[in-house]
Amino acid sequence: MKKLVLKPSVKRKFQNLDIIVFLGPYLAVFFMFTILPVIISYFIAFTNFNTMDFPEWVGLENYRRLFLEEEYFTMALQTSLVLAAISGPLNYIVAFACSWCLNEIPSRIRTILTMFFYIPALSGGFTFITDLLFSSDRYGFVNSFLLRLNLIDDPIQWAVDTDVMIPLCIVIMLWNALGQQFLIFLSSLQSIDRSLYEAAAVDGVSNRWQELYYVTLPSIKGQLILNAILTITSSMTMVIPTLFGSPTQDYKLYTLTMLQNDYTARMEMGYVSAVASIVLLISVLLNKLITFLISKVGT
Amino acid sequence: MTEERQAIQAPVKKGLFRKKSKDPDAQKPYVKPKKIFAYRVNRSFGGDLVLILFLLAVGIFMLFPLVYMVSNSLKPLYELFLFPPTLFVRNPTFTNYTDLFNYSGNMSVPMTKYFFNSVYISLVATALAVILCSMAAYAVSKREFRAKGPIFEFIRLSLMFTAPATSIVNYVIIAKLDPVDKYWPVILPTVALPLYMYMIKNFMDTFPTSVLEAARIDGANEFRIFLQILMPACKSSWMTVILFVVQATWGLDTGAFVFKEEMKSIKSGFSAITSVSQQRYGVACAQQVILLIIPLVTFIITQSNVMASLATSGMKD
Repeated sequence: MKKLVLKPSVKRKFQNLDIIVFLGPYLAVFFMFTILPVIISYFIAFTNFNTMDFPEWVGLENYRRLFLEEEYFTMALQTSLVLAAISGPLNYIVAFACSWCLNEIPSRIRTILTMFFYIPALSGGFTFITDLLFSSDRYGFVNSFLLRLNLIDDPIQWAVDTDVMIPLCIVIMLWNALGQQFLIFLSSLQSIDRSLYEAAAVDGVSNRWQELYYVTLPSIKGQLILNAILTITSSMTMVIPTLFGSPTQDYKLYTLTMLQNDYTARMEMGYVSAVASIVLLISVLLNKLITFLISKVGT
Repeated sequence: MTEERQAIQAPVKKGLFRKKSKDPDAQKPYVKPKKIFAYRVNRSFGGDLVLILFLLAVGIFMLFPLVYMVSNSLKPLYELFLFPPTLFVRNPTFTNYTDLFNYSGNMSVPMTKYFFNSVYISLVATALAVILCSMAAYAVSKREFRAKGPIFEFIRLSLMFTAPATSIVNYVIIAKLDPVDKYWPVILPTVALPLYMYMIKNFMDTFPTSVLEAARIDGANEFRIFLQILMPACKSSWMTVILFVVQATWGLDTGAFVFKEEMKSIKSGFSAITSVSQQRYGVACAQQVILLIIPLVTFIITQSNVMASLATSGMKD
């Protein structure tokens, strides 16, 4: 009887079979609940879908409506891009700065302070506090404080005055910045090999700033990119604080997510999907740019 | 001759096998300098102190929402609707909490049932998320195969997908699969998120591959390498993942597919109590505080592990 001998090329093929066991379950769930809905929804972008009847093919009609017929999309796009351009980098820097500062201090104090910093994210954020602080009447805490100091004569109309709205919105967003990104930064800073710092000190790195640029940032590059992606996505899909109401005064601060929610309420899923596809396109382009910039750090 | 010997012996200050010499200096055991701030090079005491004070100030400010939440839950009803609103409670009572327990005692399904449903959902989701994501991360990070590049690009791309457009399609897909009164439509969509997988993969990338090669030569199979070498080394990443999953699933409503009352989550149970009327606003505040306990405990457990895990790193390539 001849013994079964596998050819080396065939053997190599079967060697990697356990990858299926490792990767398979994840990919199955991931495909079912993340990829498949997205693929279908981009098909829906070319149809007229009211969630009840079967989608009806309309070609590029939705995109024509977005850019040429209605002014809401361009308006929302503009607002979203402005907000993302300001609050995205700010949030990123604040999250990194906080986690870096926390990483600098001794571990006992750090554990307690980390909890303090993360509590807003655990307890649902500052939303109800902001309603209290920035209430537009004279009893809103900020207004009453400013009135008492005689800095202003009339209460500031936070949610109505369109000049105040955008800066205030960015400030409130900054408060909420310490979420997932912050924790990801912190845990990655924690796991940097300590001997790298000693080696760097021998090589002539002499203060924390040089250390930050030449050692810390290059060794957490992967997390820098991940957090950049998260920041881009969250600032492109920004939902503004409830303080400003919906729709907002004069449609200022009308973001793409609010637009999508409004059209979802009108059961125009084709339109919503068309908007989502453009958001994805912008995010991908921004991500390419940021990844390029981060790859230059520390070289 | 003696000078030469001293020069060789001088750096050897501790260790079991050090040679005994007659030099009195070399006999002294090496004592590590004990300073609180001596854990890293290139640091000044003053700089650290300023940092701590600054962080403490910011940290106390960040406690603001929690303080307001707790103080709200201690307010009697008339104080909750006081105008102008107050930040701190003036006449603290526990009536909101006792009311909450009285109401939950009167329900057709006991509150503990809701509680254990939520615990079940969170536990299963957390276990699945950590197992699935870390296994996938291992394959993508440490193994070579042809589809690796495209798969990883797809996962990175999917980080940028946004919810509004997909939620309805997601609903339609699940509705096709006979989901009524089952837990999987609640659990599975929260499990295989690209963020978790990407995070663990990033940590695994920093682990030296040569160690894995050595284990492979010593005869360890892939599962053993994964479980006994890689997972302990990446503890800080999957501990953070645990926190994210618990945070995402604990407050979850069981949603559109669970109709049996005895299968609903604690959030649904509480909202059955609090959504009755405006009069129960105080009870709603108490319920928020109680719902916070589990995520807070998870945070403390997982983060203290993140902090501890740095002691085990120290592998060099």
